[in-house]
Amino acid sequence: MALVKAHNRWVILMSFLAALVAMSYPISTTGIWLRPELIPMLVIYWIMVLPQQSSILQIWCVGCIQDLLQGTPLGLHAMALMVVAYVCLLSYQRMRNYTIWHQTFFVFVIVGLHQLVDSWVHSLQGSAAQTLVFLLPAFTSALLWPLLWMVLERLRVGYRIT
Amino acid sequence: MTLGAIALTLILLNVYTDLLDPVRARLANITTPVYWLVDLPGRGVDWVQESLATRSRLQEENAAMKAELLIHKRKLQQMASLAAENVRLRRLLNSAEKVPHRVLVAELIGVSSDPLTHRVVVNKGSRDGVFLGQPLLDAQGLMGQVVEVSDYSAQVLLITDASHALPVQINRNGVRAVAEGTGDLYRLDLRHLANTVDVRQGDLLVSSGLGQRFPVGYPVAEVVAVIRDPGKPFSRVEARPMAQLNRSRHVLLVFSGEEAAVPPAPAEMP
Repeated sequence: MALVKAHNRWVILMSFLAALVAMSYPISTTGIWLRPELIPMLVIYWIMVLPQQSSILQIWCVGCIQDLLQGTPLGLHAMALMVVAYVCLLSYQRMRNYTIWHQTFFVFVIVGLHQLVDSWVHSLQGSAAQTLVFLLPAFTSALLWPLLWMVLERLRVGYRIT
Repeated sequence: MTLGAIALTLILLNVYTDLLDPVRARLANITTPVYWLVDLPGRGVDWVQESLATRSRLQEENAAMKAELLIHKRKLQQMASLAAENVRLRRLLNSAEKVPHRVLVAELIGVSSDPLTHRVVVNKGSRDGVFLGQPLLDAQGLMGQVVEVSDYSAQVLLITDASHALPVQINRNGVRAVAEGTGDLYRLDLRHLANTVDVRQGDLLVSSGLGQRFPVGYPVAEVVAVIRDPGKPFSRVEARPMAQLNRSRHVLLVFSGEEAAVPPAPAEMP
């Protein structure tokens, strides 16, 4: 059992690292608001699938690393991911029963929450977005959800994570 | 819950104090490999383009570069006599001679993916003598200043970040102003310029050196719009940064003032 758990932890960690690298890949300034927020989506997925084994501390650390990478105030993404994880832990049983399109809507709401926290901290610094444009990543994340779901399910079956 | 509270404390400490800066600098070392990894495909493409370039294209490029070099060399010839004249005049005025600045060539390895933060990462760190507050230039003008130094990389805040402002002067008449970042990569705003101030569209803004941070005389931006509304105390002046903030790959870190006097890391050429 312990071995299985360690194996699962390892795969989850690798998926987060891959997402961190993908999130730091530079894209053009015009498309920068369209980048889907991969990390909260991964948090949603792993908590939904393995609520008992997802480590909140690990998610927190991933958030801090993202802050260091992006040069945002330390704790910004950690805090936003805590909000995401909390909502997901409260509702994962319901989410499992939803159809994929229903889940897509749910992802929109949760990533939107993540963006709200993000925008709130930026406004402390005086650099918040002037319009609702900060919700665009939530929209693209929701669009990407079915695809990400499929890929991660493959991965999960492939690595026998239960 | 606890972790959320810790995160909140960290955020507040980070936004309102600079207690966490040394910790950040230490932790930033773990980000260097990530940026290195992200930069890998780009470098691969560069390498392929360089090694698979056709002979005719290389010849063309070579010819163009020779022509450019010739033009610059002509300017440099005059520069020598002008510099000498400048030194003589300064001696007449009993003022200090200007020291030429030493530079370190660096390469951009990362860009902050947060749309609200304008930061870039360069591949030189404290091991190369990079220090906090060091100005960064590209071939066209001033880009920003170093705000976080780790061993092998450094984060640079661009002049267009919403939290950045720098003292400038109009090159034509020497009027001083403060150029503020707006969060838009193509726009700087000049703060508190009265309606009667002589500023025109097309004016070049250069750094004035008043903040003791940026050296004097580097081009910063070009004024693109002056909107004078008699009902308001100040006119709105918009400028466009000279530096290619979203394109430059090779950048220069400048050592000026006391830092230049200390024997630091060797300036290297690409």
